[in-house]
Amino acid sequence: MTSKQKHLLSMQELSVERITEILTTAESFKEVSGREIKKVPALRGKTVVNLFYEPSTRTRTSFELAAKRLSADVVNIAPGSSSATKGESLIDTARNIEAMKTDILVVRHSMAGAPALLARRLSCSVINAGDGSHEHPTQALLDLYTIKEKKGRIDGLTVVIAGDLLHSRVARSNLYGLVAMGAKVRLAGPGTMLPPLMGTWIDAAPGQVERFTDLDKAIDGADVIMMLRLQTERQSGSFFPSVKEYARLYGLNGERVAKANPDVLIMHPGPINRGVEIAPEVADGLSSVILEQVTNGVAIRMAVLYLLSGGAST
Amino acid sequence: MTSQPDHGRTLLDRDGIQRAVSRIAHEILERNKGVGRLALVGIQRGGVYIARRLAKKIGEIEKSDVPVGALDITLYRDDLNIKKAQPTLRKTEIPFELDERHVVLVDDVLYTGRTIRAAMDGLMDLGRPQTIQLAVLIDRGHRELPIRADYVGKNVPTGQDESVHVSLEEEGEEDRVLLLKHAAASAKGVTP
Repeated sequence: MTSKQKHLLSMQELSVERITEILTTAESFKEVSGREIKKVPALRGKTVVNLFYEPSTRTRTSFELAAKRLSADVVNIAPGSSSATKGESLIDTARNIEAMKTDILVVRHSMAGAPALLARRLSCSVINAGDGSHEHPTQALLDLYTIKEKKGRIDGLTVVIAGDLLHSRVARSNLYGLVAMGAKVRLAGPGTMLPPLMGTWIDAAPGQVERFTDLDKAIDGADVIMMLRLQTERQSGSFFPSVKEYARLYGLNGERVAKANPDVLIMHPGPINRGVEIAPEVADGLSSVILEQVTNGVAIRMAVLYLLSGGAST
Repeated sequence: MTSQPDHGRTLLDRDGIQRAVSRIAHEILERNKGVGRLALVGIQRGGVYIARRLAKKIGEIEKSDVPVGALDITLYRDDLNIKKAQPTLRKTEIPFELDERHVVLVDDVLYTGRTIRAAMDGLMDLGRPQTIQLAVLIDRGHRELPIRADYVGKNVPTGQDESVHVSLEEEGEEDRVLLLKHAAASAKGVTP
């Protein structure tokens, strides 16, 4: 029997047991996605609403396919076409959606904490699909799944998370998840993009989390390199002189990969900026598992939807 | 789980299980006239072990391998909306085409028939078998759906307040089938 947990808001709040449970459950769902008939009746009669206040292709489609493959009904609400343009508040919008008897609300919002706020005010389940620069738990879960699938373990591996750490919710979620699962994490990026909170992370897991401003040093001997997208839409100031210089110092190119472990895994949460944080020959190279991350994302979201929609309402 | 020989009545011992498996293997071969398009699919978890034992026995008799798969029926259960928390998923692994096959579904205990209904729905989503047959080690009665087994190891009249517990060597236990009163059954973590 699985533990009863109603929402998925952050990796920080997940126990090792819960993370392991989600990863194991996802293995069964990956098999479902490999079938000719990619559908099981587990969530028949449930309604999943994708409430996305920020643009998304991958995550929204992934949640939609996951819900549909579980036989749930899915409604997508996009920012431009919703009542938000008429000035309705987030809570009012969500409460109106809930009044139509929906079961799970998947929320993406530019404000950190928006899904947690809704979780407190609604009686349905809430899943955080990315809130500002805070967290993106299902991305971290699918990254953990991909690492475990490819490497056979997470414990004891050295994982580099590199690039725009300051604005990255993917980095935060992965940091919590990787540390919990026993990996060593190297955070690499320009000094201006290493978030001030990093000190507390390093203090919380001494010896397990390190910071680097030199990407070459960070990737030396690493088992996994996770590149982050340069998030120009969230940047309010100047963090580096030019994109060209950023690409030269912090872009993952063929030359850098050639010096890394031969069996290194290259990951990226997407969408990728080709030629900025990652060179095309690396993104499409043999070490890249970027598209497998996307495949695994559907299995992870099926697992999360399944586990959260647990039976009778309490 | 530890064995509790003092609790419950033994329905089948090690030899009894072996003889039942052996007889069912012969009956399957007789009914299907050999291993031609035969396949065994065990229902997670107990059924998978019984299916493997049947396959081994059939292999010994016919000197020819019969494919074995494992089916998890959790996602097809009819009580997902009633249970408090979601049951743990296990693997479905059917490494062969089901189309045109004579599939023998295998489970350890046949009770309400609801598991078998779920298993048939699950199989149909994976292919189109020519026939589906059902083999069980124990039929304990109390059917709630119009389902019957084609091959039965042992028919056992039971009360609703009793449980049948199948322990197998594959799970690190002694081969044995016990009939337990509910108090003892819940102590063993057995769901009726």
